Amino acid sequence: MAIEQMNKSAESKRNPRAPGDMRPRRSSMPDSQESERTQAQRPMRTSDNPLARGLGWFSIGLGLIEVLAPRGLARTIGLHDHHALIRVFGLREIASGIGILSQPRPVGWMWGRLGGDAMDMAVLALALTSTRSQRGKVAVAMAAVAGAAVLDGLCGRQLSEQTGMIDETGAVLVHKCMTIARSPEELYRLWRDFDNLPRWMSHLESVRVTGENRSHWVVKAPAGTTVEWDAEITEDRPTECIAWRSVGSRDVDHSGSVRFVRAPANRGAEIHVELAYRPLGGMVGAAVAKLFGRAPDQQIQEDLRRFKRMMEAGEAPTTQGQPSGTAAHTPR
Amino acid sequence: MKALCWYGTHDVRVEKVPDPKILNPRDAVIKITSTAICGSDLHLYDGYIPTMQKGDILGHENMGEVVEVGKEVKNLRPGDRVVVPFTIACGHCFFCQRNESSLCDNSNPNAWMAEKLYGFSPAGLFGYSHMLGGYAGGQAEYLRVPFADVGPIKIPNGISDEKVLFLSDIFPTGYMAADQCGITEGDTVAVWGCGPVGLFAMKSAYLLGAGRVIAIDRFPERLQMAREHTGAQTINYEEEDLADALMEMTGGRGPDACIDAVGMEAHTTGVINAYDRAKQAMMLQTDRPQALREAILHCRKGGTVSVPGVYGGFADKLPLGALMNKALTIKTGQTFMKKYMQPLLERIQKNEIDPSFVITHRIRLEDAPHGYDIFKNKRDDCIKVVLKP
Repeated sequence: MAIEQMNKSAESKRNPRAPGDMRPRRSSMPDSQESERTQAQRPMRTSDNPLARGLGWFSIGLGLIEVLAPRGLARTIGLHDHHALIRVFGLREIASGIGILSQPRPVGWMWGRLGGDAMDMAVLALALTSTRSQRGKVAVAMAAVAGAAVLDGLCGRQLSEQTGMIDETGAVLVHKCMTIARSPEELYRLWRDFDNLPRWMSHLESVRVTGENRSHWVVKAPAGTTVEWDAEITEDRPTECIAWRSVGSRDVDHSGSVRFVRAPANRGAEIHVELAYRPLGGMVGAAVAKLFGRAPDQQIQEDLRRFKRMMEAGEAPTTQGQPSGTAAHTPR
Repeated sequence: MKALCWYGTHDVRVEKVPDPKILNPRDAVIKITSTAICGSDLHLYDGYIPTMQKGDILGHENMGEVVEVGKEVKNLRPGDRVVVPFTIACGHCFFCQRNESSLCDNSNPNAWMAEKLYGFSPAGLFGYSHMLGGYAGGQAEYLRVPFADVGPIKIPNGISDEKVLFLSDIFPTGYMAADQCGITEGDTVAVWGCGPVGLFAMKSAYLLGAGRVIAIDRFPERLQMAREHTGAQTINYEEEDLADALMEMTGGRGPDACIDAVGMEAHTTGVINAYDRAKQAMMLQTDRPQALREAILHCRKGGTVSVPGVYGGFADKLPLGALMNKALTIKTGQTFMKKYMQPLLERIQKNEIDPSFVITHRIRLEDAPHGYDIFKNKRDDCIKVVLKP
């Protein structure tokens, strides 16, 4: 099953951190754990990735051709006109190339190339329907763009893995933390009683304990639907950490942990939440969700913030229900 | 109730809106008895502050009478007379515990927005954009006050609104600006900006032991108020050369501390003016920091530059070489209200200062749009406008 696969691969050479692996990836405590991060685990740079470098230079080269010789290029790929559009696409390609080559870890830029490929495809597909295009040449051009898209996607995936955003199986990794003016013991007690969680996790509808280490979770999903799954606790060290993984469900596939670390200089406790999950719709789905503000990492961050405010201030600040002028006024 | 709502650049209107209500257990609702227009409200009026929405109610200098309290507010009762600080603070986080209430972790419901621009979010403010909380302000008949058990201070009867209203923002702001200069007895302090915050900074500098305060501006009525009410010596930078005047007045040493009470919409002349405005128009910088540049350049070596002036985003051509090589200290921030409100109320009660001297216009809430206009354009010798709902 996917979960076993995920757990096994998580123990592999490049990233030996299984869910439930309690060693902090990066700690605010200046101790020897930091030195355990070996060379192999440090995120790699574009200069180490020949495919990324190649795609970067390809972008610049193609972009220059599109900007400097749009008419010649149009003839070659069978388009009748669209010269101005080709020039604009050329500028986009050059920007892409510069972004990829100048950033040490250009994950976003690489996925941006894929967006550019989609734009190119759209224009070529439209050209196919026009009688003034040379359809044979356009078809060849579309095949070339498809090929580039495959390489872009491959490289995007490589870079995402190399920066620790996903692991080998493609599960997305999330790590969020916050410091709260309470003791680790108090925070552990609150989290361990799963009945409490919906109080600050706004997307959680309910959690029902169904066995000694088992619970049933119901989460609000888009369009008023819900997603449900069972989870089992894989590790429970009082005042230190709780780790779990989902069981049985094919739709929801995740594992995670919450750790409580005493903060230095009497500031309370740090709470670290780590998740490994496989988003519905894959990496593209995860990227789209992030754009519309429904990605788990943003959700976790806001949930932690709400938790901190409830702990320290006793309530979460709000302006819902306050007065304001009606915006439906005609301008002066 | 009636409220002053923002609708765009130079477009504020008084409209009928619903009355505020208790939304959280630590809230209170007050009936506004006096409120004022702040210099920083002009940045909203001029359209420089992002994340404003049509219909937002403005106003962060507020005082009035408590009419309702949430169930967790034990120290206030309906009928109590209070001044409300412009910053909203929870009282329990790391920063509130250190008396740095304008840095509160827990009072901005839109903290994620401010984090994108600043890295971390400061406290929420009344009536000052959604990035800083989106809280409805008090240029209205009623105001909902969050965390009312720690923010507002009680005012005894027998002291007029006008004497204490400015404890809500500008008096503590000017005082903190002077306090942050680390003034030792006899020091010379130069203050850019003779608006109300600058005027309070000058008075506070003298209260804190400054030997001489130099006030810099270009509007004669403001320079006059500085001379008459604070005892400062003035420089009109449009009539004389600022650098020469400062050198002459400090025996060639430079002022020991410089206060920038001007902020992001600084005015200047000549090439610098054209440069800053052009960059703003092209969205290459959001702030015009000319007063800050001058403060850094003219401060004596090893001195302090104190910045109560409001800045929002990014600015260009700051003399970092001067800053570093002269070993300057920069102190800044939105006011730590909780630290200063009560001690300054006591100074007022002991008659060490009467803050009402800055008021030049007292108008009804309905006439607030006119108040914004004369305040912005410095017409009718306007220096401070107080609104009565």
